[in-house]
Amino acid sequence: MNIRTLTFKGGTHPPHSKKATENLPIEKANDPKIVVIPMQQHIGAPCEPIVQVGDEVKVGQKIGEAKGFVSSPVHSSVSGKVVAVEPRLYSGGMAVPCVVIESDMQYSVSPEVKPKGDIASLSADDIKSIIKEAGIVGMGGATFPTHVKLAPPPDKKVDTVILNGAECEPYLTSDHRLMLEYPEDVVLGLQALMKALGVEKGYIGIETNKPDAIEKVYEAAKGIDGIEVVALKTKYPQGAEKQLIYACTKREVPSGGLPADAGVVVNNVGTAAAVAKAIKTGMPLVERIVTITGAGVNQPKNLMVRIGTSFREIIEQCGGLKGKVGKVIAGGPMMGITQFSLDIPAIKGTSGILVLSEEEAKLPEPSNCIRCGKCVEVCPINLMPVNISTCSLADKHEQAEALNALDCIECGSCSFVCPAKRPLVDSIRVSKREIMARRRKAQSK
Amino acid sequence: MENTSFKVSSSPHIRSGETTQRIMLDVIIALMPALFAGVFYFGFKALTLTVTAVVFAVAAEVVMQKIMGKPVTVNDLSAVVTGILIAFNVPASLPIWMVAVGSVFAIAIAKQCFGGLGFNFINPALAARAMLLASWPVDMTGWVAPRADAVSTATPLAILGGDATGQALPSVMDLFIGNVGGCIGETSALALLIGAAYLLYRGVISHRIPAAYIGTVAVLAFLFGGVNPVTMIYHVFAGGLFLGAIFMATDYSTSPMSAKGQIIFGIGCGMLTSIIRFYGGYPEGVSYSILLMNLATPLIDRYTMPRKFGEVKKSA
Repeated sequence: MNIRTLTFKGGTHPPHSKKATENLPIEKANDPKIVVIPMQQHIGAPCEPIVQVGDEVKVGQKIGEAKGFVSSPVHSSVSGKVVAVEPRLYSGGMAVPCVVIESDMQYSVSPEVKPKGDIASLSADDIKSIIKEAGIVGMGGATFPTHVKLAPPPDKKVDTVILNGAECEPYLTSDHRLMLEYPEDVVLGLQALMKALGVEKGYIGIETNKPDAIEKVYEAAKGIDGIEVVALKTKYPQGAEKQLIYACTKREVPSGGLPADAGVVVNNVGTAAAVAKAIKTGMPLVERIVTITGAGVNQPKNLMVRIGTSFREIIEQCGGLKGKVGKVIAGGPMMGITQFSLDIPAIKGTSGILVLSEEEAKLPEPSNCIRCGKCVEVCPINLMPVNISTCSLADKHEQAEALNALDCIECGSCSFVCPAKRPLVDSIRVSKREIMARRRKAQSK
Repeated sequence: MENTSFKVSSSPHIRSGETTQRIMLDVIIALMPALFAGVFYFGFKALTLTVTAVVFAVAAEVVMQKIMGKPVTVNDLSAVVTGILIAFNVPASLPIWMVAVGSVFAIAIAKQCFGGLGFNFINPALAARAMLLASWPVDMTGWVAPRADAVSTATPLAILGGDATGQALPSVMDLFIGNVGGCIGETSALALLIGAAYLLYRGVISHRIPAAYIGTVAVLAFLFGGVNPVTMIYHVFAGGLFLGAIFMATDYSTSPMSAKGQIIFGIGCGMLTSIIRFYGGYPEGVSYSILLMNLATPLIDRYTMPRKFGEVKKSA
């Protein structure tokens, strides 16, 4: 294997904490009796439910129609009967319209689900529409609709597709297992994405702490023109879009711009595998791999979970909660979202369910900033987090803006390293929201 | 039994093990070789002065924080570091009560009156040194010879500057290991370098300020000293340069945060030190140089904001 090892400037080294699940093969999760499928599992406009209480639905049947361009349809993950269409709590922290389906445990597949043929026989537009109709969104967690990324504005010349297999979030191993067990799907998905965009160059970037995945994907991609598997230095946030693009191409996405401004489209390896599946089988995105881990779970696992299965059921299959639980997090420990209930469904962006013990979840007491500059050193965007934070805490959001608060990618590296345990990224987030709110207000005037 | 009260907070949900206390402890550990050297060369009095300085620094912090109704934070060990550094900046012959006054001044005035840890605009230990030097100049320059009780001597820089006629320059080796006259903590470049290696290894300081500072002094001493490598060596190893460059110019609160700013700061310290030593009326220039650069730190910070990732070049 002749592989380049690449990286970006800045970043930090949180403990990997992946040992518990990195060697556990993906298991099929138990069949849920009830699934709660949110109409908003993506960034953009929520879907309009197109089924009603009492309707019979089948696996892969569309139950939510995308509204607007930046949106993505939603499909049933089971066959059975719709028992409710109502707002329910989801992992984003609020209630959104959901379709609740009682499974008949038959898993009869919708007649619309048909193999789409091989890539060579499909045009770029065919692939785009398959992806759009399959409800595929960014599966790394950000859940940006994939078909939107595939339609960059005509003035932006995209020449590269990068697959993100960094999985730099500690604890999570869902992408790792995917790459080990389905490397062909990852590569096939990349080929489809490249064809859809009409580009010749594709990268698959994987952190060096997953040498087995690098090897498997390398083997799967061997001999395919234009695809390069690259090793990425194990460093957080290696999988952040802009940092990944820089590592692979040495191009910087301009401030405030999109990856397409640097000629690149980035997708998660899980997204690519979902694209491959949608082409090979016609099955839309109705299940995903979820890593269930942390000190608060009895038996950590990597599970293939049907969308809409509740966290409670998933955790029960992992031996239930262990000891005193402090936090339940959808996603990883660096950027995941804490949940206050287990009665929320796994969605397209649920890469992991992390349960921290009470001890681990203790909130540190902040003390005076000692100006050590560690936050400045680790910031992957070269900001001075402490200065923005100071402005934010003093409600001086214009000053925070002048210090480039809006460029913050909220990776949390600054808060992670801060010896004084200051709420750095927290306060920068406040400023970002405040600045955006003011801008919207100014625009509407 | 289900716990229904999960904690909800904003990410990140894990924090590094690094704490302020651990950083200060590392600095204290790094100062230990120099303390041993100080006690070895200047006797038990050096230890007494150091302990006194630490005790008064910590006590001053407690008292001030109580008076101001703030939480007492002596556990962060920053007052201990300040105490040790004050003692390191005085001669072993100094009356003990004077070092106590220095400690109280450093903590109560230079640190707590400006908001406490992280908010002081000048290095408290150096502020105390400047105050002591201005108040009791004779006591503050009453150098004793190493390993000899109460024999007065001159510092190598004073000899080099011609202020102490009739005394011979010590050998370079004596200078390096610290067998010369001077303040308690400053004489042994070797001991200070061991401390520096530890701090660099632990990632507490970066090499930028010390390297820029010492490098600048070396270059300027070579040039100002008549292109003489011997003069250069004496200027680098003598006096408080290593103590200042490694332990005081790197003080987080009073030095710039960006990489570029730190290099500018180090070079600035080096230039001021060289100018004071060669053209000023004072053989030693480290402490005033650092104090002056402390004052320039906010300005340096402002003009050395790192170029943000993806910054679009503004067309002229």
